[in-house]
Amino acid sequence: MTVAVNPAQTGEPVFYLADEHPHPEGYSTSLGFWIYLMSDCLIFAMLFAAFGVLGANYAAGPAPKDLFDLDLVAVNTSMLLLSSITYGFAMLTMQQNKIAQTQMWLLITGLFGAAFIGIELTEFAHMIHEGATPQRSAFLSAFFTLVGTHGLHVSCGLIWLVTLMVQVWRFGLIEANRRRLMCLSMFWHFLDVVWIGVFTFVYLLGVLR
Amino acid sequence: MSTDTHAAGAHDHHHDDGHAHSTFSGYMLGFVLSVVLTAIPFWLVMSGALPSKQITALVIMAFAVVQIVVHMIYFLHMNTKSENGWSMMALIFTIVMVVIALSGSLWVMNHLNSNMMPIHEMTGMK
Amino acid sequence: MSPDLLKFIFGRLGFDSLPIHEPILVGTFAVVALGGVTLLAGLTYFRLWGYLWREWFTTVDHKRIGIMYIILGIVMLLRGFADALMMRAQQAMAFGGSEGFLPAHHYDQVFTAHGVIMIFFVAMPLVTGLMNYVVPLQIGARDVSFPFLNNFSFWMTVGGAVLVMLSLFIGEFARTGWLAYPPLSNIGYSPDVGVDYYIWGLQVAGVGTTLSGINLICTIVKLRCPGMTMMRMPVFTWTSLCTNILIVASFPVLTVVLALLSLDRYVGTNFFTNDFGGSPMMYVNLIWIWGHPEVYILVLPAFGIFSEVTSTFSGKRLFGYTSMVYATVVITILSYLVWLHHFFTMGSGASVNSFFGITTMIISIPTGAKMFNWLFTMYRGRIRYELPMLWTIAFMLTFVLGGMTGVLLAVPPADFVLHNSLFLIAHFHNVIIGGVVFGAFAGINYWFPKAFGFRLDPFWGKLSFWFWVTGFYMAFMPLYVLGLMGVTRRLRVFDDPSLQIWFVIAAIGAGLVFLGILSMLMQFAVSFLKREQLKDVTGDIWNARTLEWATSSPPPDYNFAFTPVVHDNDAWWDMKKRGYQRPLTGFKPIHMPSSTGTGIILAGFATAMGFGLIWYMWWLAALSFIAMLAVGIGHTFNYHRDFDIPADDVIRTEDARTKLLAGAK
Repeated sequence: MTVAVNPAQTGEPVFYLADEHPHPEGYSTSLGFWIYLMSDCLIFAMLFAAFGVLGANYAAGPAPKDLFDLDLVAVNTSMLLLSSITYGFAMLTMQQNKIAQTQMWLLITGLFGAAFIGIELTEFAHMIHEGATPQRSAFLSAFFTLVGTHGLHVSCGLIWLVTLMVQVWRFGLIEANRRRLMCLSMFWHFLDVVWIGVFTFVYLLGVLR
Repeated sequence: MSTDTHAAGAHDHHHDDGHAHSTFSGYMLGFVLSVVLTAIPFWLVMSGALPSKQITALVIMAFAVVQIVVHMIYFLHMNTKSENGWSMMALIFTIVMVVIALSGSLWVMNHLNSNMMPIHEMTGMK
Repeated sequence: MSPDLLKFIFGRLGFDSLPIHEPILVGTFAVVALGGVTLLAGLTYFRLWGYLWREWFTTVDHKRIGIMYIILGIVMLLRGFADALMMRAQQAMAFGGSEGFLPAHHYDQVFTAHGVIMIFFVAMPLVTGLMNYVVPLQIGARDVSFPFLNNFSFWMTVGGAVLVMLSLFIGEFARTGWLAYPPLSNIGYSPDVGVDYYIWGLQVAGVGTTLSGINLICTIVKLRCPGMTMMRMPVFTWTSLCTNILIVASFPVLTVVLALLSLDRYVGTNFFTNDFGGSPMMYVNLIWIWGHPEVYILVLPAFGIFSEVTSTFSGKRLFGYTSMVYATVVITILSYLVWLHHFFTMGSGASVNSFFGITTMIISIPTGAKMFNWLFTMYRGRIRYELPMLWTIAFMLTFVLGGMTGVLLAVPPADFVLHNSLFLIAHFHNVIIGGVVFGAFAGINYWFPKAFGFRLDPFWGKLSFWFWVTGFYMAFMPLYVLGLMGVTRRLRVFDDPSLQIWFVIAAIGAGLVFLGILSMLMQFAVSFLKREQLKDVTGDIWNARTLEWATSSPPPDYNFAFTPVVHDNDAWWDMKKRGYQRPLTGFKPIHMPSSTGTGIILAGFATAMGFGLIWYMWWLAALSFIAMLAVGIGHTFNYHRDFDIPADDVIRTEDARTKLLAGAK
C-alpha cells in the first residue's frame, strides 16, 4: 500500500487516510517477542554476573573439577544443538505447508529437549547425592540457579511446544499458528545461545580453573 | 529530518515478518559450524592440548563469541533489515547493557573484595 | 483439627498474625473496612458490578487502562502519604526521652512501606497511566500493540499493590528499608513474613511493569501514523520510548535480585549470606543496577510532560527539539553507568569511586540542557499560567535545587559525610517530588480534559498547588540542614533537643502537603459537580499542538475515525494552521480488539500464588500456579480476539461530535 502524503501530488495537504487497512494481525508480535527475549537475556546476564562474582567461593566445599563430568555435558550440549537443527527443519517444512512433517520435526525437537532436561536432572541428582547441594556454597547456589533457570526455560519451551502441536493438529498451519511457531523458534534458538554461555563459562572454564 | 515521501516508511505495510527466509542450506551450515565450534573447545579443555590454562580460557571464550554470532545469523536469522533495523538495535542495546552490567559488577565486586577482605581465604583455592 | 492439618492449610498464618495489639492498625482497619463495605454495598445497590466488569475491569482500551492506573496511583498515594505523616509526627515528637507514638517494630514497617509504595505503587502507576493514555493518541494509533497484555499488566500491578496492602492487616511488612538489603532481609534476621510480602508484591507487580514496557516500545515503534518519523514524534512519546526501554532493560535485574533473595530465604542458598561464600554486597550492587535506571524511568516521562506543557502554554514550538531528543537518549544510556554512587561508602577503591562519581556528574549535563530548552521555549512566549504551567514552573525551580544537591552527593568524599543522612533524603525527595510528582500533577491537569471532556477546577487546583509547593519546601529544607548536621535516616528517637525545631518545621510542612492532597481530592469532586461549567466540546481546550488534541474529548473508543497523516513535529498545530477540515463522511467499520477477562483472572491467581508463598500455604501456591498455567494456555486457544465497530456506530459517534462542535461556535 502506498500512502499519498506528498502535498505536491494533490495540491491539498492530506491530513488523514480516507482508505486505510488495519495493521495485519500480529503486526508487532515478532518485534515484541524479540524485545521480551532481550529482557530475558538480561535475566541470564545477571545470573551470569552472580556466578562470575560468587563462582569461586567454594566455602571449602567441592569445586567444579570435583563435580563436573564434561562427557555428560558434551552429550547434553549435543542434545540441545540437535534440537535446534530439528526445530529449523520444522520451520522449513512449515514454510512448505507440510503439516505432518512439521509435527514430526516438532516432536523430535521435543524429544531432544526432554532428553536434555533428563540428563540435566540426572546430573543435578548426582551432585546433590554427593553432598554438593545448592546450600553448600555460594558457588553451588549460583551454579544451580543459573543452570536451573536455563533448564526451567527449556521446560517452559517444552510445554509451549506441546501446546502448539495440539493447536497445529486442531487448527492447522493457519497464520496465527505460524506466527506462534516462529516465536517459539526464536525462544528455542535463544536458549541455545544462552547454553553456549553456560557450557563455556560454567563448565569448561570451571573445569579449567 | 526526512521529507514527506520518506515519511511513509514509518507505516509501510510492506509485510515483512521480521525474518529473512530460512533455507535448508542456511540451517545446515549453521549446524555444522556450531558443531565444530562446540567440539573444539570441549576437546581443548578435555585434552589439555594448549600448554597454558590462560590461553585455553581465552581461546574457548573466543569460540563462544563466534558461535553465538553463528547462532544469531543462521538460527535466529538476525540481520540489519528485519523490523527496519529495530531488532538489531534492540540486540546491540542489550549487548551494551549486558557488558556494562557484567563487567561493572565484576569490577566493582572485585574491588570490594580486595578492599574489604584483606586475607582472602578463597584465593588459595583457585 | 490436628495442628498438622492446620499448619498444612494455613501455613504460618494464625490468629497471632493479626495485629490486634496495635491500636493504630486496628483503627485503620476499622476505617478501611467500613469504607470498603460502604463502597461494595454502594456498588451493589446501584448495580454497578456488571458495568465495572464489562466496561473497566475487562477492557483492553488503553485509555481506560491508563485511567485505572492513575486511580491506583492516587489511592496508593493516600496510603503512602499516611505513612509519611506518621513518620514526620514520630520524629517531631520523639525528643527528650519521649518514645513518640510508634514502637520500633511498627515504625520500621512504616518507613519501608512508605518507600516501596511511593516508588512502585504511586510513581510507577501515575507515570505508566499517563503513558498508556497519551502515547497511542499522540502517535495517531487506535490502541497499543498488545491490548490484552496491557490489561494483564495493569492487573498484575494491582495484584502487587494488593499484597502490599494486605500486609497491613494480615501479618506485617518488611522492616528493612525500601530496598531490603541483606543480611538484614535474610531469613536469619527477618524470619517473619514482612520481607516475603515485599518480595512477592514487587515480583507480581514487576511482571506487569516489564510487559507494559515491551508493549509500549512496540506501540511506539510499530504503530505510528503515516508521516510520523522518529524525529517528528512528540517529546512525550520520545521520553516514553526511552523510559520503556529502561524498564525492559532494568526490571529483569530486579526480578533476578529478588529471586535470588527469595532462594536464600526459602531454599537456603548462599547468595547474600555471610557464610559459605555468600556476599551481601552483591545484592547491593545488583539492586542498584536496577535502582538507578528506575529513577530515570520515573523522571523521563515527567520531562516529556513538561516539554508538552511548556510549549503549549507558551504558544511556541518547543525550543531545541533535536537536542531534547538527544539529551533523552544520552540520559537513557548514562543512567546505566552511575549505579555505584548509591554505595560509594561500601569500600570500593578510589578508581571505582571516581569513575562513578564522574559519570554521575556527566549525567547532569543533558538534564541541564533540557532545563535551558524549557527556559528558551518560554522566552518571548505568550505564557498562560494555567495549572499545568504552574506545576511546570514549580518543577523547574525545585528540580534545579535537587539536581544541584545531587551533584554534591556525586562527589565521593562529600558522600562519605552525607551518605544515608537526611541530606540524602532531602535530595531524593527534592527530585522525585519536584520532578516526578509535580510532573504527574502537571500531566493530570493537562490531560484530564482530554480524558473526561471537562477541565479540573482551577481554584481548588491552585490551592492544592500552593499547599503542595510551600509544604514541600517546609518539609524538606529542614532535612537538608539536619543532614548537614549529621542526622542519619530512619531514626526513631533523638537525644539532642536542639534538633527538634527542625523536625517540627518539617512536620508542619508535611501537614501543608496533606492539605494539598485534600485540596486535590476536593478539586476532583468539585470539578465533577461543576462539569457542565467546566465543559470542553472542542477537544482542544488548551489550543495545544500535538495529535491527541485533534480528536474529541473524551476520545471515542477508536481514537480517530480516520488515521491521521502527519507533516510536522507539532502535528495538530500544523493541521490547524493549514486549514484542516474534519471529515464528515466516508466512515468505515473500524477493527478493534475485544475485551477479555483473562487478564484479571490470571493476575488474581498470581496474587493468590504470592499470598500462598508468603504464608507457606504450599497447596494454595501450587494450585494457583496450575490454574494460572491452565487459564493462560486456555486463552491461547481463543483465536478470535477482535471485532469491527460497525460503520453506523462510527457515523453516529462522529455526527454527535459534529453537532457539539457546531453548537460550540
